[in-house]
Amino acid sequence: MKKLTLGAILGFALMSGTALAQSAWTGGDELPTSPLACDGTAAAAAAMPYDGGSPANAPDRKGKKITVVDIPKLIGIGYFNATTKGILDAAAELGNVEAKTDGPTKANIDEQITFIDNYITSGVDGILFAANDPVAIAPVLKKALAKGINVVGYDANSEPSARQWFVNQAQFNGIAKAMVDAMAAEIGEEGSFAIVTSTFTTPNQARWIAEMAAYAASCHPKMKWLETVEAQEDNNLSFNQATTLINKHGDELKGLFGMTSVATPASAEAVTQAKLCGKVAVVGLATPNAMKPYVGADCVKSVVLWNPVDLGYAAMQVLRATADGTLQPGATSVKAGKLGDLQIINGSEILLGAPYVFKKDNIGDFDF
Amino acid sequence: MTAARLLRHETILLVLTIMALAVLASLSDKFFTAENLLNQGRLMSEVGLVALAMTFVIVTGGIDLSVGSILGLTAILLGVFWKNVGLPLPLAMFAALACGTFAGWANGFIITRFSVPPLIATLATLALYRGLAEGISEARSVRGYPEWFFFFGQGEVLGVPLQLWLLGIATVIAAVILGLTPFGRATYAIGANETAARFSGIRVNATKLWIYAAAGFLSGLAAIVFVSRVTTTRSDMGTGLELDVITGVVLGGTSIFGGRGTIVGTILGLILIQALKNGLALSGVKGDGTIVVIGLVLIGAILIGALFDRNRGG
Repeated sequence: MKKLTLGAILGFALMSGTALAQSAWTGGDELPTSPLACDGTAAAAAAMPYDGGSPANAPDRKGKKITVVDIPKLIGIGYFNATTKGILDAAAELGNVEAKTDGPTKANIDEQITFIDNYITSGVDGILFAANDPVAIAPVLKKALAKGINVVGYDANSEPSARQWFVNQAQFNGIAKAMVDAMAAEIGEEGSFAIVTSTFTTPNQARWIAEMAAYAASCHPKMKWLETVEAQEDNNLSFNQATTLINKHGDELKGLFGMTSVATPASAEAVTQAKLCGKVAVVGLATPNAMKPYVGADCVKSVVLWNPVDLGYAAMQVLRATADGTLQPGATSVKAGKLGDLQIINGSEILLGAPYVFKKDNIGDFDF
Repeated sequence: MTAARLLRHETILLVLTIMALAVLASLSDKFFTAENLLNQGRLMSEVGLVALAMTFVIVTGGIDLSVGSILGLTAILLGVFWKNVGLPLPLAMFAALACGTFAGWANGFIITRFSVPPLIATLATLALYRGLAEGISEARSVRGYPEWFFFFGQGEVLGVPLQLWLLGIATVIAAVILGLTPFGRATYAIGANETAARFSGIRVNATKLWIYAAAGFLSGLAAIVFVSRVTTTRSDMGTGLELDVITGVVLGGTSIFGGRGTIVGTILGLILIQALKNGLALSGVKGDGTIVVIGLVLIGAILIGALFDRNRGG
């Protein structure tokens, strides 16, 4: 039944693709969008009261040496090795923080809870975390707050009241702007493109596509959207879908968006095998390691994501500022060392900044 | 002879556990505090409940790899019955427990009725039950349980975590059944020699069905405690639980070939593992180092056990 419905939607979308070009693209959701300004000036943040938690009877840690433990979703993968590097960099720069990373070897919420629990008992001053589950992690984080420990999240949030601050690596509209701008730069203001996504209902992807459509409508109005195809998060299916798009649209297709870290390398592979490098641009969300061969071969010019080293660095800086008492509820920005002032949004989230675009000259610096 | 040998393994284990506790207490002053030990008991309870049933299963010479998946399935069903079907929460708990028990019983049915080796049967249901959990939940979690429900996973009675009471009561019942009743002796007999047990008039299939159903029931009970402790339901809950459980049971001296093992041993094995995990973490050893130590202790304990066996000419 579901397949039938999807097929019907897809068929409808194909038939009426041109007619619908003015409205949102298939695969987006229907939530309100908030596209950024074309030149990237930050919109005035809507004021929202602080909704984070606060530690009970925290000792005065201002300027004192503190021990901090970082418990990511899992350890031993490139992505979290990169955030750890950022955390250690920041700790070394601050000079009064002793930081280490520990955690489960699989992304397992139960093990992560046990790790946090043990570190609460061992008496750390601060906890950094990237949650495997926003709700399941909340009780143990609240326990940490109750023991006077400073708690800051990054990468994956918990319920707001279970931590003090969360460093948000990228907002949907920021990612959308980076993607569309990169595509416009490669295929021109009047180029046409298609999208390979996971499914039309996957929350993050649907949000990104909706934001991309809104941003393109206001800043690159002449770009032409052809269609959106679903490819689950399946390597083989993504490759097949991208190949189908190339064959179906022929010369009209100038660009492909990959909306998942699976779809982007698979689309790049499809373009490579069709010997269309340089003729069909691929822009997408992906991790650098998966894209290095295609970027190295000049088949892909821009890979959009955020910089996980900066993410870890910012999280550590925020924790220190929280422990020092320099970052208080109600603040609108926070100083984060070499990253400068970071904006505070949604009550208790700190925005890392614009997404990071990996290109040929910098992709070699990353290993994840 | 058998009793003496059993005693020997558990004595070694007891000495090992006490040694470990002493060493860990000297490594970190935060380890041997009432608060930490009770908290560790809380974290150990879910594995402990399932390990009790797993002891029976392994004593019969079987294995149940699907317990983690049953835990996940029961957790999801609890959420679905309550949130989507709209049953009152106590009724949803009861219904979910019944489903968990049925899932365990189905394992037993496949094993006894079709003579499928337990390893194969439960390997299949490991995938089947996890797949059901993921399909039913559509990868969405159920949240927003009422405050009173958190009592099972986070509450205390007389200063002791509630699930530790549950584990304690279940341990006594399991120890009595395995050690002192005809059912327990039938369990040993099946593991020692199934054919002989069958010809001795022991109702082998019925016994096994009861045991696998109990494994399902206790996995379901662990699921409720788990959901209550972490306040949410996820379809990947309990992934890999079977390995923690089997490790504890085997470390406790239960023979993987059946016919041998005690509840006391299982509990000691679990305590040793939990103490090592927690104590090493508190004394600054990282997670990966802790796993290595646990592996070494497991090999060491089994080698010592084998050594004693050989000295007896067995």
